[in-house]
Amino acid sequence: MPETTSLPGQTHFVAPSSETPLQATGMVDTSAPPEGQWKEAWKVLRRNWLFWVSAILLLFILVVVCFPGLFTGVDPRQSMLSKSLQGPQSGHPFGFDKQGYDVYSRVVYGARASVVVGLLTTVIVTVIGLFTGAVAGFFGRWVDALVSRIADIFFAIPLLLAAIVGLSALNNVWPDRGYWGGVLAVVFALAAFGWPQVTRIARGAVLEIRGLEFVDASRAIGASKWRNLFSHIIPNSLAPVIVTATVSLGVYIVAEATLSFLGIGLPPSIVSWGNDIAAAQSQVRSGDNLHVLFAPAGALAVTVLSFMLLGDAVRDALDPKARK
Amino acid sequence: MTQPLLQIRDLHIAFTSGKKDVPAVRGVDLTVYPGQTVAIVGESGSGKSTTAHAVIDLLPGTGHVTAGSIEFDGVDLMKLGGRRRRSYRGDRIGLVPQDPMSNLNPLYRVGAQIKEVLEVNDVARGKAADRRVVELLEEAGLGDAEARAKQYPHEYSGGMRQRALIAAGLAARPQLLIADEPTSALDVTVQKQILDHLDGLTDELGVAVLLITHDLGLAAERADHLVVMYKGQVVESGPALQILRDPQHPYSQRLISSAPSLRSRRLAASERAEVREEATEAALEVAEDTIAEASEFGGEATGPVIRATDLTKVFKLPGKGFSKRDFTAVDSVSFALERGTTTAIVGESGSGKSTVARMVLDLLEPTSGTVEFDGVDVGSIRTRAQQLDFRRRVQPVFQNPYASLDPMYSIYRSIEEPLRLHGVGTGKERERKIRDLLDKVSLPGAVMSRYPNELSGGQRQRVAIARALALDPEVVVLDEAVSALDVLVQAQILKLLNDLQAELGLSYLFITHDLAVVRQIADQVLVMQKGRVVEQAGSLEVFDHPREEYTKRLLAAIPGRSVEPAS
Repeated sequence: MPETTSLPGQTHFVAPSSETPLQATGMVDTSAPPEGQWKEAWKVLRRNWLFWVSAILLLFILVVVCFPGLFTGVDPRQSMLSKSLQGPQSGHPFGFDKQGYDVYSRVVYGARASVVVGLLTTVIVTVIGLFTGAVAGFFGRWVDALVSRIADIFFAIPLLLAAIVGLSALNNVWPDRGYWGGVLAVVFALAAFGWPQVTRIARGAVLEIRGLEFVDASRAIGASKWRNLFSHIIPNSLAPVIVTATVSLGVYIVAEATLSFLGIGLPPSIVSWGNDIAAAQSQVRSGDNLHVLFAPAGALAVTVLSFMLLGDAVRDALDPKARK
Repeated sequence: MTQPLLQIRDLHIAFTSGKKDVPAVRGVDLTVYPGQTVAIVGESGSGKSTTAHAVIDLLPGTGHVTAGSIEFDGVDLMKLGGRRRRSYRGDRIGLVPQDPMSNLNPLYRVGAQIKEVLEVNDVARGKAADRRVVELLEEAGLGDAEARAKQYPHEYSGGMRQRALIAAGLAARPQLLIADEPTSALDVTVQKQILDHLDGLTDELGVAVLLITHDLGLAAERADHLVVMYKGQVVESGPALQILRDPQHPYSQRLISSAPSLRSRRLAASERAEVREEATEAALEVAEDTIAEASEFGGEATGPVIRATDLTKVFKLPGKGFSKRDFTAVDSVSFALERGTTTAIVGESGSGKSTVARMVLDLLEPTSGTVEFDGVDVGSIRTRAQQLDFRRRVQPVFQNPYASLDPMYSIYRSIEEPLRLHGVGTGKERERKIRDLLDKVSLPGAVMSRYPNELSGGQRQRVAIARALALDPEVVVLDEAVSALDVLVQAQILKLLNDLQAELGLSYLFITHDLAVVRQIADQVLVMQKGRVVEQAGSLEVFDHPREEYTKRLLAAIPGRSVEPAS
């Protein structure tokens, strides 16, 4: 223990209490409005210009999907062979393709198939993945082993390869599917092999949450396992799942285009960007009249980009650690 | 007269948030002489670590010095360029960081990490450096240092890691060692060993120490000079003993009166006796009422409310190859919790105390032994009605205030959950009950619409207590419920718990590693070590006449015992 002689700079100093007024310990600041996790995320999102750009683009795309008639009066299936491969002209801003279809009209009407495939696949994949992942992570043991191994098997098969095989097989048993039948077939083929990705992410998130004390606290008031799972654990593991969903939406749109390009996605009777890009193949080889390719490819790129930007913005808002 | 080694004058530090500067440290003056130990004391957010980090130019994130000077050995560090400034770090100013678990790189051998310090600071290279590493580890108190140097951090215990970090901090023989809460992550007995060793070492080498701590008792015991910080400012500074015995600033006074290790033992005991008297009376009434109503449990109003008999829990851990080995976490623990009293279970990490709590709460099934609640074996509960009745009457409060509330639930929903689940009252009645509960834990009704992330640790812990009380339980199991809180908040919560016990006749099972807190709340104390109860006695008895060597060690390790202030 030291002696109490003071060296210069170490004399006993007491700040005047007026300088730092003492605050009562444990006071609650009630001046600011209440905020939850989602509200805070929205506050971050609101300040992100990427979010606004992608949101406005997506809103516009949705309007096109729902009401294509608003944007063009030309029937995308009306062939004017005499105008085959002609360039832009009045009333037909993107010109005509080889079959004499109006390219602009086909881009507008093609949006529906692409976006519906993307959205539906994402919803189905998310629901299946979230449920399987949550159950695997929450119950652990053999349930986890079973679900995880099945997910691994599906994960090991490349998405596109599996979809190609599945759709070719389906073509034999169900050749004439019509518009919605065609769209649904692609959706199911993609969803069947897309869910393991969400399962893995949901399982990881649930594993992290289920060890937290509020889960124990909820058990201790007598909540059952299922109640705990649905009212505490799943809502708290949603953030990473939503982020994966928004990003993979773009991936599924591209996958549909790829399948259609390969000739096994949507049947040629359905107007879609993938089919039009496939049809533009011959133009790519000859190298002229590329407008036939650029219009649907550009629309596809903008749509996918918007979804991915939205996914990025949402991830940044929900996960503070991802912010720079 | 010697020259100051470190002299900080009017230091201002701010963090940039958005486009604004938020001040974190305002006008701090501080002087350290060669060979001296100076402690900065304050609660979390007081700016004590920020001040220390500014000295070695390691401010986190957007922090930057906005004004003031930091003079080290006569040179103003603020005027030096990056390269020359860096040359001070490690070489002349060493750092022992706070968390031994995350401050060693898990991919490198411990020896290599200390060797790095030597090589970066041009102290030694190659074989000479290797030899020096072994010497340094020996010096830091690690036995068999040559073998230890070749091990990885995960093969070290927490205390050993902190020793390795001390070795690294002192490797280049700095003139000043900044120790930022060097032992707050460690058990008390390990803390004492490490601090004793650090004291001896710095004395021997003549190294000055700037000790950052939230523990006033520890600071007073170890430092010559104290600097008390509050909200980014120095509110009081001076000779350690003088401040401790005669604090002038209202904040220092408050801090000293709240520190559990510094409180007068007699006072704590007499306060406790009053609480117990009221509580046992209230508890008897509650018990009689419950028994008069149709309860799912039998029992008499006079018997203990909880009786644990030979509780044992064996975990299966992966052993060598495919085999499993048994790990006995809890080994035939027996105790009885009388109505309206508090039984504390004290022990260091790994002693099995939390496992006991989880078994009492029926969150974990015992391998053998029984927990009886109101005379009924909890393990034999089969019907849902009986289970719900048990859940209603036995409630937990957990340690981590940041994890014990669902972040997606508003405070209202969090407290309402138990009421809804048990179908208590209508919406209106529940709301009245929640207001009443918040009032009991001294929170304004306005917090109902808020979310946990908006509340401080102490406030969340109050909410957790309110939720535990929602169903009018008779037993509350408090698992390290005040351990994560700042002293002042801790003192408040302890008082709240005592008041509630007296008013409602609650019985507490109080799990803690902190013996100092125990005498303020406990009547019976169980000391656990490695899964076994080594001592079991009344609270006063344990403090005044500890019988077991282990209990004595625990008591001796409470920081600040040697400097109990004159009251």
